Amino acid sequence: MNKSARPLSPHLQVYRPQLTSVLSILHRGTGILLTLGTVLLVCWLAALAAGPGAYASTQAWFGTWYMQLFLFAWSAALFFHLCNGIRHLFWDAGMGYELKHTYASGYAVLIATAVLTLATWIAA
Amino acid sequence: MAEFTLPKNSKVQAGKTLRAATGARRSREFRLYRYDPDSGQNPRLDTYEIDLDRCGPMVLDALIYIKNELDPTVTFRRSCREGICGSCAMNIDGTNTLACTKAIEDVGGAVKIYPLPHMPVVKDLVPDLTHFYAQYASIRPWLQAETAAPDRERLQSKEDRARLDGLYECILCASCSAACPSYWWNGDRYLGPAILLQAYRWIVDSRDENTGERLDMLEDPFRLYRCHTIMNCTKTCPKGLNPGKAIGEIKKLMVERQG
Repeated sequence: MNKSARPLSPHLQVYRPQLTSVLSILHRGTGILLTLGTVLLVCWLAALAAGPGAYASTQAWFGTWYMQLFLFAWSAALFFHLCNGIRHLFWDAGMGYELKHTYASGYAVLIATAVLTLATWIAA
Repeated sequence: MAEFTLPKNSKVQAGKTLRAATGARRSREFRLYRYDPDSGQNPRLDTYEIDLDRCGPMVLDALIYIKNELDPTVTFRRSCREGICGSCAMNIDGTNTLACTKAIEDVGGAVKIYPLPHMPVVKDLVPDLTHFYAQYASIRPWLQAETAAPDRERLQSKEDRARLDGLYECILCASCSAACPSYWWNGDRYLGPAILLQAYRWIVDSRDENTGERLDMLEDPFRLYRCHTIMNCTKTCPKGLNPGKAIGEIKKLMVERQG
């Protein structure tokens, strides 16, 4: 777009992060994280199919603090992506475009993500 | 492909500082993006400290004060100074707005002013909007009708006229498009919020008879569908309009006409 010798004005470097853009990039980021986590899910299922020995060692690996941390992040990503996805469905149906509604639904997604993630880990 | 960093010739360097607020009761720093195309140097950030008691209340007043009293080389667009021409759209304190309707008081600390983001810079705060205007022309922003012209104006019901509210007020300042990350990364093919709001303005006009062709033109992975409902556009619109909603309405019309 900027084929001329003219400099490109600053964008990400100067634009103020705000709920609108932050939730949007989080939606994409969590989508990528979910894909990575799904690979682990496949590993877990493969271990389950491979027999008790493989399953036990995989379970032990999932029990380490860093895998627990990853699983926590993964579950949070799952709930965020789910809730924000529902928010997107409302938009696609033509609802919730007023700025105050966009902000209200944005905060609602964040609260729902926290509640669902914590509830899952307390129940688990 | 999205490039998240600035090209080499665009990196902003430190600039000069000019203090002109000695003895001021209310002083304020203004940090201005400066680019001189004749110097062959990179853009820089100049600081001007001024006495707020000696200039008007708006950011544009401060810019005019700096240009008149301190540094005549400071370059920016302005015209109406009342939020109707759209000339002085720029990035102030991290968001895009009109310098003439943004109160200095509403900014905490130093007032940082950049040109509209992710645009080629002609000079200082003046972006090159050629591409933006070409995109505007591409949606054919005029009334298209096949039927013979009536003896008088083409009339509208009050309800049909009301559907243009929130759309006709757009002054094409480009604040929204320059606030949209999707437009930053794909602005060569994505039309962006301002142009899509304008497109919708003609799509819903009861007097326009080319709705189908208008939608055909937008039925494109890039022109319309690079909108991911980020909503930075609506957040930043200095006229309080809702480009995000207008785009959503176009997407809905696309689905409705399928079935």
